[in-house]
Amino acid sequence: MPDFPPARIVLAKVGLDGHDRGIKVVARALRDAGLHVIYAGLWQTPEAVVRTVADEDADWLGLSLLSGAHMTLVPRVLQLLREAGLKDVGVLVGGIIPEVDVPKLMDMGVARVFGPGTAMADIVAFLRPRSESTHA
Amino acid sequence: MATVTDPAALERWEKENAAAPLREQPPTTVSSVPIEALYTPESLDGFDPDIDLGFPGQYPYTRGVHASMYRSRLWTMRQFAGFGTPRQTNERFKFLLSKGQTGLSTAFDLPTLMGLDSDDPRSLGEVGRLGVAVDTLDDMRELFDRIDLAEVSVSMTINAPAIIVMAFFLANAQDQGVDWKKLRGTIQNDILKEFHAQNEFVYPPEPSVRLVCDVIEFCAKQVPQWNGVSISGYHIREAGSTAAQELAFTLADGFHYVDICVARGMDVDSFAGRLSFFFNAHNDIFEELGKYRAARVLWAETLRNKYGAKKEASWKLRFHAQTAGCSLQDKQPQVNLMRVAYQALAAVLGGCQSLHTNSMDETLALPSEHAVTLALRTQQVLAYETGVTNTVDPLGGSYFVEAMTKQMQQEGRKYFERIEELGGMIEAIEKGFFRREIADAAFVYQRDVDARRKLIVGVNAFQESDEKPLDTLVVGEAVEKEQVDQLRLRKSQRDTAAVRKCLDDVKRVAATKQNLMPALLEAARARCTVGELVNAMADVFGRYDGAAKW
Repeated sequence: MPDFPPARIVLAKVGLDGHDRGIKVVARALRDAGLHVIYAGLWQTPEAVVRTVADEDADWLGLSLLSGAHMTLVPRVLQLLREAGLKDVGVLVGGIIPEVDVPKLMDMGVARVFGPGTAMADIVAFLRPRSESTHA
Repeated sequence: MATVTDPAALERWEKENAAAPLREQPPTTVSSVPIEALYTPESLDGFDPDIDLGFPGQYPYTRGVHASMYRSRLWTMRQFAGFGTPRQTNERFKFLLSKGQTGLSTAFDLPTLMGLDSDDPRSLGEVGRLGVAVDTLDDMRELFDRIDLAEVSVSMTINAPAIIVMAFFLANAQDQGVDWKKLRGTIQNDILKEFHAQNEFVYPPEPSVRLVCDVIEFCAKQVPQWNGVSISGYHIREAGSTAAQELAFTLADGFHYVDICVARGMDVDSFAGRLSFFFNAHNDIFEELGKYRAARVLWAETLRNKYGAKKEASWKLRFHAQTAGCSLQDKQPQVNLMRVAYQALAAVLGGCQSLHTNSMDETLALPSEHAVTLALRTQQVLAYETGVTNTVDPLGGSYFVEAMTKQMQQEGRKYFERIEELGGMIEAIEKGFFRREIADAAFVYQRDVDARRKLIVGVNAFQESDEKPLDTLVVGEAVEKEQVDQLRLRKSQRDTAAVRKCLDDVKRVAATKQNLMPALLEAARARCTVGELVNAMADVFGRYDGAAKW
């Protein structure tokens, strides 16, 4: 067992999109991998998401969008995180994100975009070394 | 049923089969159900073709709901479409009709689906994005502008605000001079599966079901060729369920609507013939076939035996199928064309009445004109070139197909009992039963894929390193502004006293047991918006938030 506390990740659906198959599978896989997972649920506004991140003292935030509204909602979340002094929180985006939008999101400060077909082990592998270095 | 007559041959086969190695991926269905190496007459214990199969168009409809099926009339080719403003979607409708599509199917945007107006702050970034934005009766008029509603059948995918959108549709038809008795089509209007799977609900389960049944009742009396509900397993499957769960939960939802309508005093034969269904067409051809055939049998026997329906129309389960969106991949997206073609084959072999084939680019965006044309052409090739339409139920009598059909029925009945034990549909929803079952199945599936017990071309096998992206449809930023400006203009031109009176009427009727449709028709004509009407009813019904559990 690692001698550092498990990384804390908030997972949330932002906007009106109700497709939660993926985020629930990810939540369970991350929990099984030993992370502390807080699933904020559906229909979260950017403001509510950032409040949860602050309240839960999270290291990571995972946003799921299959609605096409990512170019409106993700920048808003990033801006609110900065305003709340939470710029060190790593932001992951999952769902249906067209290839052309991926570099734009990364430039804005998203740590990684995970599209359809991502293996759960890849998400765990991405989070684990970074979480360890954060807490070492 | 005859048994195998040559025991020596059977014994030899058993020995050889047992000695042969199995491939790395186990022989299981998409739903992870193990499949036998061989199906023989002995697999069909107690099978009686006269009872279990019957003839097409006759009880229990295992072989199909019509006597001559596609020999007389092909399924309706109905591509789900909608994006941007009503004007843009109207153009896409006309484009699809010009390519040979035979029915229309409307996708609404997320704000409309959730009962929000385009100018609501929560709609920001979502207007016209996943479907068409409809706020008022005027939007409905533009959506079907110069499309003869007495000629072409129309499907509308909307649930929580379905009764409002139906009121807009009916008011518009009347304005266009189309007799309601000539309208053909379907409104999805199935709220129960939203609680199980798709999460587009607004009100708590009981008032939500009341609205569904108001539409069923109104249409049964006034719009006789209209399907007032499309009881949908599609979304349950997309959320990760197994085929058996899709089958069982969908039919259980259907039984619940029947229960509520009957409890209102409606004669089951006055509406059951207009209950329609909507199933997924996933990758596993034989599992899907078993599902469709079992669905017809279970529905027919329950409507006849439990509900005492007398009319054959009440026993017949008619269904639309859509190929599985969740099976599409963003890697090597052209490969999706092949997935869709096989899935469509399953739906047609399973006797669907209408079909949507997904476009290859739908994991990336809404379909481009090129992609949607190929998807429609896939149906046309199936219909006109492959010969599968020449005879009814071509796979009927196959040991494997009949065994799968029986197995699916058994799985379905087990779930019906389980739901009863939990206290019925609403109790089972409140206990989180359906959500848990579906999430568990989705997790098992993902684990199988990650462990390569299931291979997916381009994803965990046969990957390409240098993929070229497809050109996809982009919904412009200007759409939202255009729609919001239009809505504000229309709101400013209304008779506000009339609007207020209509909203008060809707609230008043919502608090009674009367059918809400007449009040909503008045409200539609007064240009009340979807959002205003949803809010008016929420004042009476409350809102529901039972979705955060996992």
